[in-house]
Amino acid sequence: MEHALTTGKIVADKPRPAKNYLNETSGIWSWMTTVDHKRLGIMYLVGVLSAFLVGGIFALLIRLSLLTPSHTLFGKQLLTAEAYNKVFTLHGVIMVFLFIIPSVPAALGNFCLPLMLGAKDVAFPRLNLASFYLWLTGAIMAITSMVLGGVDTGWTFYTPYSTSTGGTVGLMTMSVFVLGFSSIFTGINFVSTVHKLRAPGMGWFEMPLFVWGIYATGVIQVLATPVIGITMVLLLLERVFLIGIFDPRIGGDPVLFQHFFWFYSHPAVYIMILPGMAIISEIIPTFSRKTMFGYRAIAYSSVGLALLGFVVWGHHMFVAGQSQLATVIFSFLTFLVAIPSGVKVFNWLSTMYKGNISLETPMCYAVSFLLLFAIGGLTGIFLGTLSVDVHLTDTYFVVAHFHYVMMGGTVIAFIGGLHYWWPKMTGRMYNETWGRIACSLVFIGFNMTFLTQFILGSRGMPRRYANYLDQFQPLHAFSTVGSWVLGLGLFITAGYLLASLRKPMDAPDNPWGGTTLEWKTSSPPITHNFEEQPVLERAPYDYRPEVTHV
Amino acid sequence: MLPAQGSHFAGEVDFIYMGLFWLSVVLFLGITGMAVWCCIRFRYKPGRATPHITHNTVLEIVWSVLPLVLCIAIFFWGVDGFMKFSVAPGDALEIQVTAKKWLWQFEYPDGSRTINDLHIPVNKPVRFIMTSEDVLHDFFVPTMRVKNDIIPNRYTEVWFTPTVLGPHHVTCAEYCGKGHSDMQAKLTVETDAEFKKFLETGGTEWEDYRGKPAEWGKLQWDRKGCATCHSLDGKRGQGPSWKGIWGKKEKLQDGSEVLVDENYVRESMMLPQAKIVAGFDPIMPTFQGLLREHEIQGLIAFIKSLGDNPGGGPPAPTTLSLPEPSKQESKK
Repeated sequence: MEHALTTGKIVADKPRPAKNYLNETSGIWSWMTTVDHKRLGIMYLVGVLSAFLVGGIFALLIRLSLLTPSHTLFGKQLLTAEAYNKVFTLHGVIMVFLFIIPSVPAALGNFCLPLMLGAKDVAFPRLNLASFYLWLTGAIMAITSMVLGGVDTGWTFYTPYSTSTGGTVGLMTMSVFVLGFSSIFTGINFVSTVHKLRAPGMGWFEMPLFVWGIYATGVIQVLATPVIGITMVLLLLERVFLIGIFDPRIGGDPVLFQHFFWFYSHPAVYIMILPGMAIISEIIPTFSRKTMFGYRAIAYSSVGLALLGFVVWGHHMFVAGQSQLATVIFSFLTFLVAIPSGVKVFNWLSTMYKGNISLETPMCYAVSFLLLFAIGGLTGIFLGTLSVDVHLTDTYFVVAHFHYVMMGGTVIAFIGGLHYWWPKMTGRMYNETWGRIACSLVFIGFNMTFLTQFILGSRGMPRRYANYLDQFQPLHAFSTVGSWVLGLGLFITAGYLLASLRKPMDAPDNPWGGTTLEWKTSSPPITHNFEEQPVLERAPYDYRPEVTHV
Repeated sequence: MLPAQGSHFAGEVDFIYMGLFWLSVVLFLGITGMAVWCCIRFRYKPGRATPHITHNTVLEIVWSVLPLVLCIAIFFWGVDGFMKFSVAPGDALEIQVTAKKWLWQFEYPDGSRTINDLHIPVNKPVRFIMTSEDVLHDFFVPTMRVKNDIIPNRYTEVWFTPTVLGPHHVTCAEYCGKGHSDMQAKLTVETDAEFKKFLETGGTEWEDYRGKPAEWGKLQWDRKGCATCHSLDGKRGQGPSWKGIWGKKEKLQDGSEVLVDENYVRESMMLPQAKIVAGFDPIMPTFQGLLREHEIQGLIAFIKSLGDNPGGGPPAPTTLSLPEPSKQESKK
């Protein structure tokens, strides 16, 4: 194994603990009834990655069918318009509700949060298990809905289309309802854990920044998610009992639905991106071996984004029939989001400045994140600017923008975090060379896929089109080829990560030289996390050689 | 990167777009350059200590306040353009847009209608008043840089002044189901004279009924107000019912009789006071100049189809045709 660029081969300096959380008890039942946050984190991880696989296959199918204008391949029609509509709907629903929202908090957060706080578990371990089963129930409902005919409403379920179309919309919306409660339970649990279970000596500003991000996320989950639950119930009442709420034919208001929907779904964007930013705030100081620049600014900006996230929902509706005054106000508030986002980027860059930077796989993903999130953020300014948004909204420009933020931001951070904590979670190291190759493929493939879509959108290609004008074909084809490169990168990632489990290469307790508490326990940790209650002696990200007490 | 400019809005929108584009390029290259430079300049060397810099208040205030000022400036820039989008001039030509799965229907001030085929005069502001008959749609004309959702049971509007002659493209930008991506209309920006001529022929909708004049006539019975006084089921209204009237000999007020044929029906529309059927008041207004040739033809064919013997009786139009071109126009 060569690590020419970096610290050299990372090897375990002691055998892994004979009894750890993975093998202390065994059998399927011990996993199904576990209240150990680490096991639940692993179960969530398996769950969300399965959802990512399914959603990803749908994504590749979308791109494949858009290779040619009338989605033909070698003269055969690949998908009918109806099938295409179902495929992009399922891609969206699965990726948003089953994958991205629970990805970082419920999988990585579950595993890391108590370890980082020096706690034995989360505040409510049984609630944590209930949350997982709710997620599983929601996932099963979603799959059932897919098998029974699918849904063609788009992940936004806009009325009156969603109240008048066929398919299993009812079951799918109830799946979203159940998944929402799973998310609320996770949020309640993490907020309580952060408040009550910090290690002795750990004040609010000695918490790792990952914890700050997850905390801010938890607050949004608890406050915003009920709204989507209520909205889905109202939608179902309208569909089943014809109670006029959103459908104008029976006295409802379709724009009201959009307000309700985005009142949740915009904060949900921050449920998705804040944990991603939180991971980057861990990786960058660790691999720069330098203290975090502007710790407080990053912590406050997480909370600031969480709060601002509640007051910008109307920017999804600039041309959707809301009042022009509301549009102007929402545009202004939207611009404010740029400030805390920018602050974070500047802080990360300043942390790298004069650091001692090695580019192991997690850091490769963190740097990818910086560049992709910058594009996602800067294109957000186009969409916040009203007169430009009128032209760009509902086109591929928006599709590209939110993929840069959600995939280029959150998912890239998630994969980076997965590599960062993989040694801790499994006790094994993965193949670093393959890690870097895969990261490069993901980065190149992602940009090929989505950078082209900014141009498509600017030229007037509307989103959610099964069919398109011939003039857009070259760019669509390029985007489709990009999706294959991206898919290959992710496929390789899955390959070497799984291989690391089969071919043991034991991980040291602290492979990257991290300063937060999760690196103070064994890899993998014992069931009760720490041999004895850890006490915080140094603030996180303190790389000064001398011991400084805080 | 942007489609051709077709309206007076396009220049301003594109200017802001390109301004933001170059701003983004500069910022992106700055961020990327800094990240890459740091990765190279400060690459890992075993044992090298890093400085303990926790924060720099001045720097942090600068990089918060500067972007804020910049963002507020961009905000006002965008609002300025948006305000212009929002208020159509009072003298704008008004066109009613009805969107439904999956077609566009356009209705002009004189009642002319077209399906998926929109004609507007160049260099004149046009205001579109839009509603949907079913789900949400969205009126998007990329070359004009305008877009707005269309909502059932409510009116939304869009306006612009087209500046470039020729074909443009109207496309639906709000997901509406199976035919969403096929919900397209051709927009033709034409000279004043061409537009006037287009209106004289009453749009293009009638062409779809060329072989079905009676159906076309039934639409006119409803749209032009005939239905107010003339029933189709024999019920007596302000005027005689059209049921079974074709080919009949009607008794007039002066005691004479008239055969209900093409000439009588045509005369009744143009000079309604000429021959009043006994028992009715002379209250019908003239439709001279309000009905186009193909509409009159349609109405006659429709009345014939309501006769006791639809195929029989005096002859009626079996197809629709354009009005004879007037002499002035043919000279042009």
